[in-house]
Amino acid sequence: MNTVNYLRPYLRQLEAEAIYILREVVAQTERPILLFSGGKDSILLVHLARRAFYPGRIPFPLLHIDTGHNFPETLAFRDRLVEQVGVQLLVRSVQDSIDQGRVVEEKGPTASRNALQTVTLLDALAEFKADAAIGGARRDEEKARAKERFFSHRDRFGQWDPKNQRPELWSLYNGRKHQGEHFRVFPISNWTEMDVWQYMREKQVELPELYFTHLRAVFERDGMLLAESPYIGHLPGEEVRRQQVRFRTIGDMTCTGAVVSTAATIDDVIAEITVSRFTERGTRADDKRTETAMEDRKRQGYF
Amino acid sequence: MELLRFTTAGSVDDGKSTLIGRLLLDSKAILEDQWEAVERASRQRGDAYLDLALLTDGLRAEREQGITIDVAYRFFATARRKFIIADTPGHIQYTRNMVTGASTAELAIVLIDARHGVVTQSKRHGFLAALLQIPHVLVAVNKMDLVDFSQTAFQSIVAEYQAFASKLTVQDITYIPISALHGDNVVDKSVAMPWYDGPTLLHHLENVKTGSSRNLVDFRFPVQMAVRPHQNFRGFAGQVLSGTLTPGEEVVVLPSGKTSRVRTLTTLDGDLAEVAAGDAVVLTLEDEIDISRGDMIVRRNNLPQSASQFECILCWLSEKPLDVQGSYILQHTTRQLRAFVAELNYRIDVDTLHREAATTLQLNDIGRVRLTTTQPLFYDPYQINRATGSFILIDPFTNATVAAGMIRRRAQELDELVGSEPERSRSSNVVWESSALTRAMREERNRHKGGILWFTGLSGSGKSTVARLLERRLFAAGVQTFSLDGDNVRHGLNGDLGFSAADRKENIRRVAEVAKLALEHGHLVLCTFISPFAADRAFARSLTPAGRFFEIYVKCTLEVLKRRDPKGLYARALRGEIPEFTGVSSPYEEPVAAELVVETDVCSTEEIVEAIWEELLRRGILSF
Repeated sequence: MNTVNYLRPYLRQLEAEAIYILREVVAQTERPILLFSGGKDSILLVHLARRAFYPGRIPFPLLHIDTGHNFPETLAFRDRLVEQVGVQLLVRSVQDSIDQGRVVEEKGPTASRNALQTVTLLDALAEFKADAAIGGARRDEEKARAKERFFSHRDRFGQWDPKNQRPELWSLYNGRKHQGEHFRVFPISNWTEMDVWQYMREKQVELPELYFTHLRAVFERDGMLLAESPYIGHLPGEEVRRQQVRFRTIGDMTCTGAVVSTAATIDDVIAEITVSRFTERGTRADDKRTETAMEDRKRQGYF
Repeated sequence: MELLRFTTAGSVDDGKSTLIGRLLLDSKAILEDQWEAVERASRQRGDAYLDLALLTDGLRAEREQGITIDVAYRFFATARRKFIIADTPGHIQYTRNMVTGASTAELAIVLIDARHGVVTQSKRHGFLAALLQIPHVLVAVNKMDLVDFSQTAFQSIVAEYQAFASKLTVQDITYIPISALHGDNVVDKSVAMPWYDGPTLLHHLENVKTGSSRNLVDFRFPVQMAVRPHQNFRGFAGQVLSGTLTPGEEVVVLPSGKTSRVRTLTTLDGDLAEVAAGDAVVLTLEDEIDISRGDMIVRRNNLPQSASQFECILCWLSEKPLDVQGSYILQHTTRQLRAFVAELNYRIDVDTLHREAATTLQLNDIGRVRLTTTQPLFYDPYQINRATGSFILIDPFTNATVAAGMIRRRAQELDELVGSEPERSRSSNVVWESSALTRAMREERNRHKGGILWFTGLSGSGKSTVARLLERRLFAAGVQTFSLDGDNVRHGLNGDLGFSAADRKENIRRVAEVAKLALEHGHLVLCTFISPFAADRAFARSLTPAGRFFEIYVKCTLEVLKRRDPKGLYARALRGEIPEFTGVSSPYEEPVAAELVVETDVCSTEEIVEAIWEELLRRGILSF
């Protein structure tokens, strides 16, 4: 007889925890939605959702808040994934919010639509009457996220009150809410960047090519390598050059920095992260605005 | 690679943040940009040193006030293990945060400042770790550098904590002397403490046995949802909370009680040959059974307990205190049901471990409570199964999570379920003064239950002889006894009463009331009264909670009694010198449903005492 090892490898534990939470969302809320950015964490969520409801289909749609500043590779990958998995995709764009006068666009070469997304997101959640928005935020990413709950309560205005969060004990998730309120749910809270990559390797999950080395026109700003794109202007002295780079996170082209890298496979990426001296959000200009930039945006209803 | 979740408890002064910072830094979990951010923030605040708390205190309010508000989760990994730290703050809402962090932890680090030794807070940490049944406790005696790395200082702290911990049910405690600031015995062995030959802190974290809080015996599978993608597939999604299961095994669905066999254990990767605690799976059965969320699938020969009333420990987590009259939503596994407080037994002072009378539970209070639910709950005691022995209470109006609960056991007997407040015909305007300390509390401390042993029988039948020997034996065993004897109450309490039927009745009434008071104080009361009238004995019984009144008929034939007649009473009664003498000139109504009949003309006193003793054990009054 086989000796069964009852100690599950930690990835299985993380996977089971995420699956449990995804099912709890569906069981405890009426209209959940999965916030899909096109980054690896939201791709992982889609992958986990497939497992959670197999052999059934994913019982909620994906919502993509399109800033209009996406990498074209992100959009192409998104559409392919949606078709493969057979899940409904909803897209709402920041451009529409601007055109409707809901938000005013930032001006100048450092302008970003990152903050504007929040309005489009909250409008979309209201439009679809979503009472739970599943997101791929992880606690290791940023210190405000280190105190985030799995089931994170949002008031009627979509706001987060970090000082008054519901305690979460054992694996009991309280999904009760009043009319008009909603939850942000973070099934992969306990995963680290390394865990995500290890899992992707183990399960052979396909990822956008942006995560692997490629030749790209980039320029340097505030110590970051930004991709040359129609959405971003140049400050004096910023020179465009072509380099072998890859992205550790994928957001808008305006605020996501590339790293110089030759990593062509998941194994290469893992090797690279292992010796890296910087965190992945170190490549994000949006977090660097102030010390509590993430908390401030989260309070307002950001992802 | 395995996963170890642990919790750290303590305040900034104990060097907790320094220790965590040290672990993260040495394991490369803190990277350059985070390090720079801490440097930047420390400079901005004008600190001369690097405040590692800035790594974990992410919220603006925390940074502004220099305090930690909430549990923060931190991650690091070594070549051997991945670690999740639930870092709980020391000052504010201490219990609430520690309980939250501890609920998923397998190990707790209790930090003790070597200069201050064991303080109240160190004990509090240990107590909460024991309460939440964290299998491993690591007592890190920190700041050893400030006591010259003294072995004596370390040993005296260890001795003091051991003395305290012996009162707790902690499975495993390890003591390690460290200096988090300088790194002694954190990752590397200290050269300054050659006298210490145990593991370093990280070595212990890497090697401590994981999974010991997992229950691999009792299969429990609460259904999260039914999965029915098409007509030919009907499965039940959930996580195996405990135990293992293989296809073909016979299972029962609760609460319906329907049985079937496991057909498949389905996952995207294919069907599994076995699932174990922690696995997420979709289970299919051989038979079509109506199953929905909240149902629990278990093995047929291993059922959980089922009760709608149970004893539990509640940790109160809300600013709004417990409303003992109110109703709450109880969330247990994948079920939500209504719950009410049947009784608030006591509050535990976390600092002194004393039990205190309480009328409510405030934020951070811990209390023992008996809860009633509208439907039976399927559970195991928390001690055996953390996953099925735990629950939360939710305020039905605010939807806030207000309490964490751990089930101890089913409420034991009917008499504990019903109020024992007597109905009275007279003095109805007198409010029944319930002692703030309940009988249950006293019984808990006494380690036996209260009860009334009512010895009835003719004069000289041996009631007092039996009772005296029994009481001596009870006393020797540490039982709180209380003795009421016909002769001695008539000297004082009932000195005004004669032997008429009315006075006999009043005599018994007073005795029964006194016995009841003593019972309520947790005593085992021995009443030795002729009590010839069935109605009077029935009255005494009516005052007593069910299962606590033992009518013991001490039987002896009149012939033997007349022959024995130690006090010469029968002779005098027969001569007509004593009016209304039971058995001679006044009737004795024999008990028809006594709990025990003992015959003193057949058995020896020792044999009778033994028989009563056995009966008390059998009925759960005594438990040795």
